[in-house]
Amino acid sequence: MSMILYVPDDAAALSVGAERVAKALAAAAVGRGLNLTIVRNGSRGLLWLEPLVEWDGPDGRMAFGPVTPDQAGALLDAIQAGTEHPLALGPTEEIDYLKNQERLTFARVGVIDPLSVKDYEAHGGLEGLKVALIMTDETICEAVLQAGLRGRGGAGFPAGIKWHTVRKQDAAEKYICCNADEGDSGTFADRMLMEGDPFTLLEGMAIAGLATGARHGIVYIRSEYPHAISKMARAIEALGEAGWLGANIRGSGKDFQISIRRGAGAYICGEESSMLNSIEGRRGTVRSKPPIPAIRGLFGKPTVVNNVLTLATVPVILAKGAEFYREFGMGRSRGTQAFQLAGNIRRGGLVEKAFGVTIRELIETFGGGTATGRPFRSAQLGGPLGAYVSEEMLDLPMDYEALAENNAMLGHGGITVFDETVDMAEMARFAFQFCAEESCGKCTPCRIGAVRGRETVEKILRGENVARNIALVGDLCELMTDGSLCAMGGLTPVPVLSAIRLFPEDFERASVLAAE
Amino acid sequence: MPVTAERPETLDVRTLCAAYGNQAPMLLEVLHDLQEKIGYVPEACVPALAECLNLSKAEVHGVVSFYHDFRTAPGGRVTVRICQAEACRSMGAEALTEQILSRYGVSLSEATVAGITFEPVYCLGNCALAPAAMVGSELIGRADGPSLDAAIEEAGR
Ligand SMILES: Cc1cc2nc3c(=O)[nH]c(=O)nc-3n(C[C@H](O)[C@H](O)[C@H](O)COP(=O)(O)O)c2cc1C
Ligand code: SF4
Ligand code: FES
Repeated sequence: MSMILYVPDDAAALSVGAERVAKALAAAAVGRGLNLTIVRNGSRGLLWLEPLVEWDGPDGRMAFGPVTPDQAGALLDAIQAGTEHPLALGPTEEIDYLKNQERLTFARVGVIDPLSVKDYEAHGGLEGLKVALIMTDETICEAVLQAGLRGRGGAGFPAGIKWHTVRKQDAAEKYICCNADEGDSGTFADRMLMEGDPFTLLEGMAIAGLATGARHGIVYIRSEYPHAISKMARAIEALGEAGWLGANIRGSGKDFQISIRRGAGAYICGEESSMLNSIEGRRGTVRSKPPIPAIRGLFGKPTVVNNVLTLATVPVILAKGAEFYREFGMGRSRGTQAFQLAGNIRRGGLVEKAFGVTIRELIETFGGGTATGRPFRSAQLGGPLGAYVSEEMLDLPMDYEALAENNAMLGHGGITVFDETVDMAEMARFAFQFCAEESCGKCTPCRIGAVRGRETVEKILRGENVARNIALVGDLCELMTDGSLCAMGGLTPVPVLSAIRLFPEDFERASVLAAE
Repeated sequence: MPVTAERPETLDVRTLCAAYGNQAPMLLEVLHDLQEKIGYVPEACVPALAECLNLSKAEVHGVVSFYHDFRTAPGGRVTVRICQAEACRSMGAEALTEQILSRYGVSLSEATVAGITFEPVYCLGNCALAPAAMVGSELIGRADGPSLDAAIEEAGR
C-alpha cells in the first residue's frame, strides 16, 4: 500500500518537533512495509496544532495534530485501517480557523511542496508572471496601483506609486530590494511565506523587475532566519533551472536575476535606507531623506524597496486582476492582510483576512483568548514601535486609517497578546531599552533619549518621584517624536505613551521613602 | 616565525574574499562565513579583510562592531539565544531566562560558561509558540527549562 503524508518543515513546526515526527513516521512505515511518501510542506499557520500532519487521502487532505513522534505508528495504523484517531481534526480546509480566512497571498502556503515548480504551477503559480511578460511596464505598475496594494512592511505606502517612480527614472541599472528583515516582535508572516511558498515572492520580484526596468533583485533576509535563507536559496536555483529567472526569461528577451544577502542581527536594518547600506556592505546607519530610494537607492541607483508580503501579493493581482483584489478590504485599505496572532494566545498563528476585521474577532474568535486562560489585559499591534491597546479598543477594525485615528498602527500585522499579569510600566521600560540597544546612533534624540527614557522608567518602577518622572518621560517622548531622523526613535514613544495613557495604574508605584 | 608566513586565519580571509570576487559590498557575507568557520572574527583578520576588499581598516572595524552577530572573541561550543522580545515576554521569557542563567551562574550579555555562550536575541519569528530560543542551529518553541537543557546537551555532543 502507498500513502502520502505532509509534514511541515517550517521553522515553527520544527521548533516543536516536526523533524522528529517525520523521522518517526518514515521509520514506522518501513516496519509496516508501507510505501510512504512524506512531502515537506510549509505550515498552514495553525501553529498551536504543530506538528500538524496531513494525509492526502481519497477525500482530500485530512489533518492530525499536534502529533508527537511516539504516536507515529498508531497514526499510520489508524489511517490504513480507516479508524478514528484521537488527533484527527477532519478535512484540513474545513477547520474553522482556516475555513474562515481569505487566503490570497498565502493561498499556496502549507498546500504545496515549496520547492516543486510543477506543484507551484499546478496551483496557479506563474500565471501572474506570464501575464506580466506580455504587458507593458506602465500597465503593470498601473494594475498594482489600481489594486490598491499598500506596503506591508509597516508604512502602508501605495506600491504602484513607488513602482511608477522607479519606472520613470532614466538609469541603466535599477534594483528591486526585498525587505525580509522582519524584525518586529510578534510577526512571522514573511518567514512563513519564504519557507512555505518561496516562488511566489520570486515571481513578484520578477514582475517588479519587468514593471520598472530593473534586472537585479536582492532579498535581504535576517540572519535569525536560517531556514528561510536556505529555502530561498534553493528556490532561486529551482526557478532559474526552470527558466523563469535569469537571462532571457522563457525566451522573452527579458532578464531578471535574484540573489540573497544575509542580515547580521540589527533591527534597524529593516528600515529601508539602513538596509540599503547593509546590502552595500556598510554599517546599517539610516540615510537622510531625500533622496528617496526610488530615485537614489542601492549604489545610488533607482530602487524599489518592498516588504516580502507586498511583493508576494503582486502575482495574484496580475493573475486575477486589480478589480478582483480591490474587492477585499475597507476604505483605503484594500485587499487582505496576513495577521499574526502571537504571545499569550491560545490559538496562535497566521490569519489572512480582508482589512476591516476587528481586533476582537482576531484575538477571540480566531485566537480563542489568552493561552494561560487568565483575563486579557492588552495587545500590542504592529511590533515594538506599535501601540498597546486596551479591552475597550478591541472592536476597532484593522484598517490603516481607523487605527491611526486611535493612536495605533497596523504595522506588519502582528498582534501580541498579554494577560492580566503583564506590568505595563515594565513594558514601557522595555520599549526604551530596545530602542537604546537597536538605535543606529545617528541622531541624538534617539540615541540619548532612549537611554534616558529607560533610566527614568526604572526610577518610576522603583517608586522614585513618580509624578515628576512620568512628566519627564512625556517630555522625552516629545523630543524623540519631533527630533528623530527615522521611525525607530520617532515611534518608540508610541508604545510608551499608550501604556501610560491606557494603564496609568501600572505607573502609580508606591513611592519609596526617599532617603532625601 | 618567518615574517612571510601567513597566519591560518589570514589564509581563510583570502579564500573567503576571493569566493565573493573580492567585492567590498560582500563584507557582511565574508564576515558571516569567517565566523561560521572559526567561531569569531579575530582582530588579526581585519588588515587582510581590508586589503582583499579594498577597504580601510577603520571601515572593516566599523562594520564588525555595528552588527550584533559578529563576535570579536571566541564564544563557547554551544550558543544559546533566548528571545527577549515582547511576544516571548508575554509568556514568561524573563523568568525562564533568569532560571537558566542562575543555574549556570552567569548574566545574559554574552556570558560564556562551561562551553556555553548565552546571548539575548530579539525575536526569532516564532512568536506564536513563545517563549522561543535558538540553541546552536536548533529553534525551540514553547521553551522551558527541560527543553533547553535537552537541546544544550544535544548541541554539545
Ligand atoms: C526601525 C524600522 C524597522 C523597519 N523594519 C522593517 C522590516 O523588518 N521589514 C519591512 O518590510 N519593513 C520595515 N520597515 C519599513 C521600511 O523602512 C520600508 O518602509 C518598507 O520596507 C517598504 O516596503 P513596503 O512599502 O512594501 O512596506 C522598518 C522601518 C523602520 C523605521
Ligand atoms: S532615530 Fe534612531 S535609528 Fe533612526 S536614524 Fe536616528 S539614531 Fe538612527
Ligand atoms: S518575540 Fe520571541 S520569537 Fe518573536
